[in-house]
Amino acid sequence: MGKAIKTTPTDPAVIKEALLEKYPPKVARKRAKQILINEAMENTTPEITANVRTIPGIITMRGCTYAGCKGVILGPTSDIVNLVHGPVGCSFYAWLTRRNQTDASGERGENFMTYAMTTDMQDSDIIFGGEKKLEKAIQEAYDLFHPKAIAVFATCPVGLIGDDIHAVAKKMKEKFGDCNVFAFSCEGYKGVSQSAGHHIANNQVFRHVVGTGEKERDEPFKINLLGEYNIGGDGFEIDRILEKCGITNIATFSGNSTYEQFATANQADLSCVMCHRSINYVADMLETKYGIPWIKVNFIGAHATAKSLRKIGDYFDDAALKERIEAVISEELPEVERVRKQISPRTEGKTAMLFVGGSRAHHYQELFAELGMRTISAGYEFAHRDDYEGREVLGSLKVDADSRNIEEIEVSADPKQFKPRKTAEEMAELIRRGLEFKEYDGMIKDMEQGSIVIDDLNQFEAEKLVEMLKPDLFCAGIKEKYSIQKLGVPMKQLHSYDSGGPYAGFKGAVNFYHEIDRLVNSRVWGYLKAPWQDEPELRATYVWE
Amino acid sequence: MRKVAIYGKGGIGKSTTTQNTVAGLAEMGRKVMVVGCDPKADSTRLLLGGLAQRSVLDTLREEGEDVELDDIRKPSFGGSWSVESGGPEPGVGCAGRGIITSINMLESLGAYDESEGLDYAFYDVLGDVVCGGFAMPIRDGKAQEIYIVCSGEMMAMYAANNICKGIMKYAQSGGVRLGGLICNSRNVDNEREMIAELAKRLGTQMVYFVPRDNDVQRAEINRKTVIEWSPTCPQADEYRGLARAIDGNEMFVIPQPLEIEELEQLLLDYGLMAA
Repeated sequence: MGKAIKTTPTDPAVIKEALLEKYPPKVARKRAKQILINEAMENTTPEITANVRTIPGIITMRGCTYAGCKGVILGPTSDIVNLVHGPVGCSFYAWLTRRNQTDASGERGENFMTYAMTTDMQDSDIIFGGEKKLEKAIQEAYDLFHPKAIAVFATCPVGLIGDDIHAVAKKMKEKFGDCNVFAFSCEGYKGVSQSAGHHIANNQVFRHVVGTGEKERDEPFKINLLGEYNIGGDGFEIDRILEKCGITNIATFSGNSTYEQFATANQADLSCVMCHRSINYVADMLETKYGIPWIKVNFIGAHATAKSLRKIGDYFDDAALKERIEAVISEELPEVERVRKQISPRTEGKTAMLFVGGSRAHHYQELFAELGMRTISAGYEFAHRDDYEGREVLGSLKVDADSRNIEEIEVSADPKQFKPRKTAEEMAELIRRGLEFKEYDGMIKDMEQGSIVIDDLNQFEAEKLVEMLKPDLFCAGIKEKYSIQKLGVPMKQLHSYDSGGPYAGFKGAVNFYHEIDRLVNSRVWGYLKAPWQDEPELRATYVWE
Repeated sequence: MRKVAIYGKGGIGKSTTTQNTVAGLAEMGRKVMVVGCDPKADSTRLLLGGLAQRSVLDTLREEGEDVELDDIRKPSFGGSWSVESGGPEPGVGCAGRGIITSINMLESLGAYDESEGLDYAFYDVLGDVVCGGFAMPIRDGKAQEIYIVCSGEMMAMYAANNICKGIMKYAQSGGVRLGGLICNSRNVDNEREMIAELAKRLGTQMVYFVPRDNDVQRAEINRKTVIEWSPTCPQADEYRGLARAIDGNEMFVIPQPLEIEELEQLLLDYGLMAA
């Protein structure tokens, strides 16, 4: 696919039409609402359909509810034993696949992430019920590790046969006395995507763990970092920077997290939300129940990192802290700039497509922009409309039957632990100075005019897009990786980072610049030609001739 | 070998009717195996003279994969064989999955092989067709003919109609057919005529009308079929009649289930006729 023969249709309307052309009319009608050409309108953001069921027959990029609950949210915690109640595959294939890392920094130095624990349900467990087997498995995990907590996850068959995992968890918790046992009804078939699993996971962590910690946290400038999953060591880099600035990260939800962190999260003075999709409701609940305000941050991209640090400084409004943040930024940024200047002449003007996650497809546009690359098309797998259009649409979201199926927990101010972090006047003053609380503007506003935003992209549309727009780089997950590479386009996984990372913070940005340089400037893709593309007729002779 | 499944509303007398009919067939010299598909495992009590000791699923659970046919199949009245599928305690697990497993087990152990010389295999299935597992006997040609036990009571007729929907679904793919309705009388007004008419509308027949007789309960208390307990009583002859009707039956159809309005009207017509 040499540069010379690149004939790119530029009219996004033509591209949208081509994507829909092959679909039956009803499918095309539905998909048309999930494919949006970004056109700036008078102070309004165009509306997209999101968080709706994938049409059967379409090869979706989405994962299931169990993947969202076990894989994404609870997977990265280090000292909670994760026990999957189901057939063995559900546990095995959700084991360490996201490359979450941990330094096992809990007080006992425990790390259970490297274990895959499951009840391994058999035919007879399905017929006679699996509660007794689950009880035995919980006991076994307890006897082996004496952990602070055991989390139990339901797989599809558990929901079908009706095993009461919550009753079993409660019984075992009471029996042990020194180990918190809680369960998640996160059967894979629930909800329309893994987003439902995030919600189920976060609700249970909030209900069973947050606020139960006895350890007093008296460090200065305490924050929670919500929606950071320490993939490829992202969380380590963010923690390094925070620490350097003198900011105390009490709890990360849930990269490199410990039980203790969740349990004491109620003592933070500010919640910083990275992935808005997977966890914004926890930020809301922390505010309602404990009085902790929240802001949106983004540590993907060097400038986004600097901006987020300054936001935290503005919130605490402490001269010494602000000074230290500025010192850190001016110490870290020059090295980032040096590498960027070296690489960007080679990346300038190149194009990328991002179809991943519920925030990554937005956040990573920062890094590409720093390299002078354009994001010509992007979309989320499992986000909702507010992640595309901003939180102002929250009031107008339709609550459909699929959303009602996922529990919403009602919280109110905790009589003992609720404590406003700032007075009403202080908050008003911060807002007047331009600090935005509970605000997220979504992806669309940050994208170029005429770029194409597609929700829940599928295999067919991905191939079609690549064929028509010929991007220099495509970012998605493992399911897409090889089909894209076969089209002769480099592909970067933004779920697991292939074998790379960290890409967050300042050092992460440098890593990312190098990685992208390596990918988009490799000539290997140009050699990816099948023999028949040059010479349609293959000739051969027998060896004995 | 003819493979027969008996369905019908819960409590209508499926197990009692099946076992008494099997006794009649056995008396005629037919070789029959009865497979109880109810987790309570009480479908063969009258033929065995007491509850089966161990079900297929109990055996499977306790013995592992090393199961032999004689572990799960017991000789019963008149040279018949009795098998209980078994299943979980009420409220746990999946009984439907259990039926699938136990029927597959019987097949793999050769219970249906030609060498067994069976004339009939009877499946006695719990209640209505509630899920895929309970429909197992009518899938994939496991049972070829179905008889629905019903009475002139409204809910029994509703259930019969509903079961016909299940049969229709599998008739197209698996070749299962409806052999007829067995009316197990509850002494409802115009019962015989009403069930005969329902059968006609469904496109089938009332294969037999079994009158109500307390000798059935007396035999049950003694853990026996009527034919074994009192071979000369009139009710024993009724079951012999039913056995002959099934043995000689040649009418097998794909039923056409009624719309609910039509069923209601039928009840109204025959109910009012009495008033």
